[in-house]
Amino acid sequence: MAIEVTNIVKKFGSFAALDNVDLKVADGELLALLGPSGSGKTTLLRIIAGLDWPDSGEVAIDGENALSRGASERQVGFVFQHYALFRHMTVFENVAFGLRVQPRAIRKDEATIRARVKNLLDLVQLDWLANRYPSQLSGGQRQRIALARALAIEPRILLLDEPFGALDAKVRKELRQWLRSLHNEIHVTSIFVTHDQEEALEVANRVVVMDKGRIEQIGSPGEVYDNPATAFVHGFIGESIVLPVDVAGDAVQLDGRPLNIPALGAASGAAKLFVRRHDMAVGPAGTGALEGAIRHVRSFGPIQRAEVALAGTEGKTVIEIDAPRDRELQAGEIVSLQPRRYRIFAAQG
Amino acid sequence: MSTAVARRSTLPGFGLTMGLTLTWLSVIILIPLAALFLKTFELSLDQFWSIVASRRTLNALKISFGLSFAAACVNLVMGTIIVWALVRYRFPGRRLFDAIVDIPFALPTAVAGVALTQLFAQKGWLGAPLAELGIKVAFTPIGIFIAMIFIGIPFVVRTVQPVLIDLDPEIEEAAASLGANRWHTVFRVILPSLIPALLTGFALAFARAIGEYGSVIFIAGNLPNVSEIAPLLIVIRLSEFRYADATAIAVVMLVASFLIIFLINRLQRWAQARIPVH
Amino acid sequence: MSMQTGLATSTTQLRTYAPATDVSVAAPAPRLEIARAEPVAARRNPRTEPGPVRLIIIALAIAFLSIFVVLPLVVVFASAFSKGIVAYFAALAEPEALAAIKLTLLIAAISVTFNLVFGVVAAWAISKFEFTGKTFLITLIDLPFSVSPVISGLVFVLLFGAQGYFGPWLQAHNVHILFAVPGIALATIFVTFPFVARALIPLMQEQGTQEEEAAISLGASGLQTFFRVTLPNIKWGLLYGVLLCNARAMGEFGAVSVVSGHIRGETNTMPLLVEILYNEYQFVASFAIASLLAMLALITLVAKTVLERRLDEAEVPDGD
Repeated sequence: MAIEVTNIVKKFGSFAALDNVDLKVADGELLALLGPSGSGKTTLLRIIAGLDWPDSGEVAIDGENALSRGASERQVGFVFQHYALFRHMTVFENVAFGLRVQPRAIRKDEATIRARVKNLLDLVQLDWLANRYPSQLSGGQRQRIALARALAIEPRILLLDEPFGALDAKVRKELRQWLRSLHNEIHVTSIFVTHDQEEALEVANRVVVMDKGRIEQIGSPGEVYDNPATAFVHGFIGESIVLPVDVAGDAVQLDGRPLNIPALGAASGAAKLFVRRHDMAVGPAGTGALEGAIRHVRSFGPIQRAEVALAGTEGKTVIEIDAPRDRELQAGEIVSLQPRRYRIFAAQG
Repeated sequence: MSTAVARRSTLPGFGLTMGLTLTWLSVIILIPLAALFLKTFELSLDQFWSIVASRRTLNALKISFGLSFAAACVNLVMGTIIVWALVRYRFPGRRLFDAIVDIPFALPTAVAGVALTQLFAQKGWLGAPLAELGIKVAFTPIGIFIAMIFIGIPFVVRTVQPVLIDLDPEIEEAAASLGANRWHTVFRVILPSLIPALLTGFALAFARAIGEYGSVIFIAGNLPNVSEIAPLLIVIRLSEFRYADATAIAVVMLVASFLIIFLINRLQRWAQARIPVH
Repeated sequence: MSMQTGLATSTTQLRTYAPATDVSVAAPAPRLEIARAEPVAARRNPRTEPGPVRLIIIALAIAFLSIFVVLPLVVVFASAFSKGIVAYFAALAEPEALAAIKLTLLIAAISVTFNLVFGVVAAWAISKFEFTGKTFLITLIDLPFSVSPVISGLVFVLLFGAQGYFGPWLQAHNVHILFAVPGIALATIFVTFPFVARALIPLMQEQGTQEEEAAISLGASGLQTFFRVTLPNIKWGLLYGVLLCNARAMGEFGAVSVVSGHIRGETNTMPLLVEILYNEYQFVASFAIASLLAMLALITLVAKTVLERRLDEAEVPDGD
């Protein structure tokens, strides 16, 4: 089901949790809401679910005004960050809950409910835990039960709040792949909230980057990584070298020294130059835009990571670059650096 | 479509439950208490004063407040000793004695009253040996004092106990490593950090003793001006249909107990600000 | 935050009946025989006192509790059975005694029911929603704890007594509140008002709203959410509140004494009958009734301890 969020504003006191947010989600998408804590991503998710209410704006699910309905009438599956499993019920009863509380007129008979719960437990591969209590499960198991419980009501959309947030690193990786393949299998429109960029890029079809209650960029994982729309996105996704520069026309200066790279249309004035670590090409001294002395090199896997003290900054500006290991760099070596790809954003963007 | 969305909350029932809560609170607690003050305002200041300042009332108030204060002081000292023993030491029957502390809470006051009286009466188990020493407890102010100690002890123990349990052992170890002997550590490090809890326990015991009726009146003797407590005087005035007198005494007691609680709360806040527990 | 802390908070805020935490939970140390003082160990351990000091403190604590708390309790049973077991049961079989027992049970049933509903309703409003003035509201609910029982009775005399605000109207309409069951029930509800609410509020605040939100998002109605999700989670806390509320309701003396009118066989509750019989020098009868109340207190204490352990246990497996 498609979701359309229009002009949503939500304030907590004087703090704007959501500041005029618009978002369209297409049917069958797996969308990530990515942002630091306090960016408003969870609030947006809760508003779509009907667990919070906006001060103004509209939410439509499949063209139908969702705000006229409470959470219990929206048929939205919600997976809570800390799972919110009912601690006094078995796994089976947890999953069956949504079916048992249906109005009598449409409630399924017991056999149907049992069959459905069994199917769901099979789907999340935990049918053998049916009679356990939530307290007897591991974090990853609780997560999957929470998901099965949300799916039991045949949700029109599925919302997951930091689905892997409370898990340890190894389980998190496994569950990511599992969630992707599950989505391929059931194809329900899904939105998940995360503060982990790797998670968002790896799992989602499309990523919504949020900061301070606003949407900074919406795009495929490739788009937000390769073509960040704002300084925030560039800084938040992937690791970037950030240098304060001055732009005058098409010329770019660092500490008053010209860098021979075009400004790419950035407005004149103070600006920031963003370069990915691996987008900084290393060459012999005197051949690139920047020059510096290598202070320290660590090599691991296919790359070597070098700390470079930039010339002309009295060694104060030190950047880290990733270079391929085709030529081993040495500490003390003077090298030149040339950004292969970069972005320049006005400083107060 | 309008963009203004009515403020709604996820969980239902706020209006209903809050409405019921406020209604019942008003009907059961607030309106009856308001009646007390309303009744007082029917008295002129002179009338009010002549009731409160009458010899019998003044003496009853003095007995109630004075003995309550004394009993709370005993509770403070004995309560601290009991908490210390229960928390810091292991001895046979420790858990039983820990449970026993709650008995004055749980025992109906009338039962406590008759039991204490029987115990301290001239022929009672404790009254008889005390009488031989020339000490008369039952039907004297000492009896009131004893009953007030009885009902107040759990307040000090139960307020201080959790704080002493949670007290970070490192501060004691630090004190010891800095060369303090045990005496110094206890009196300069541990007890000061218990002060807020001790004050609270003291205030609770004090306030409870002032208002106490059931466990006191049997053992008190109830001689006007000598062993008549203020709550009893209220009951006597009521039985004489002197509602105004009863109300005036009640208001004085109520205001005084609120004042004590308020004052000690301030003191406690001050102590807490000065000596952060953790 | 653990549930145990929740209860402990309730204790300190309640300032009365709620029990503190079980000490043994917090201090799992091997049991040492105090009689065998270990001078070297004691001197080496910076966190304890010299052996003799320990002995004196323990002796003082035990002596004080024995004299002031245990002895009165023993006296109750000793006096009740002083004329033998036959006299004891004969005293309890007196019509007056039976009437008092019946009335006490009735009053307890009324006030516990009322405060059960009130407590749940108030705890729901206070713990599941955010609003301004919450602390003040809790203070108001606590108010009866700081009012003398006698004053708790007095306020109802002022409202419903012959010279009270509603007295003339009640008399004109032949409605009996004072010196009758309604008055006793009202005074008892007043003094027991905070118990259930205060047992539930910290517990429910600590449990948060997540499970309820999950239930709602799964399509449950408000009532379904309460009965299927909230209630099972708070049942032990609720029982705990009811237990303390019941003990106080059955044992209340001061407030009831003021509003009862002491009509024999009609408005005397058990505590009131204890007083009357005692003043009439019917010691065996008085202490027989008193022994029932003392038993109630002891059962309440035991049940309370069991419940506290259960509340702690319920918390343990939930920890992540």
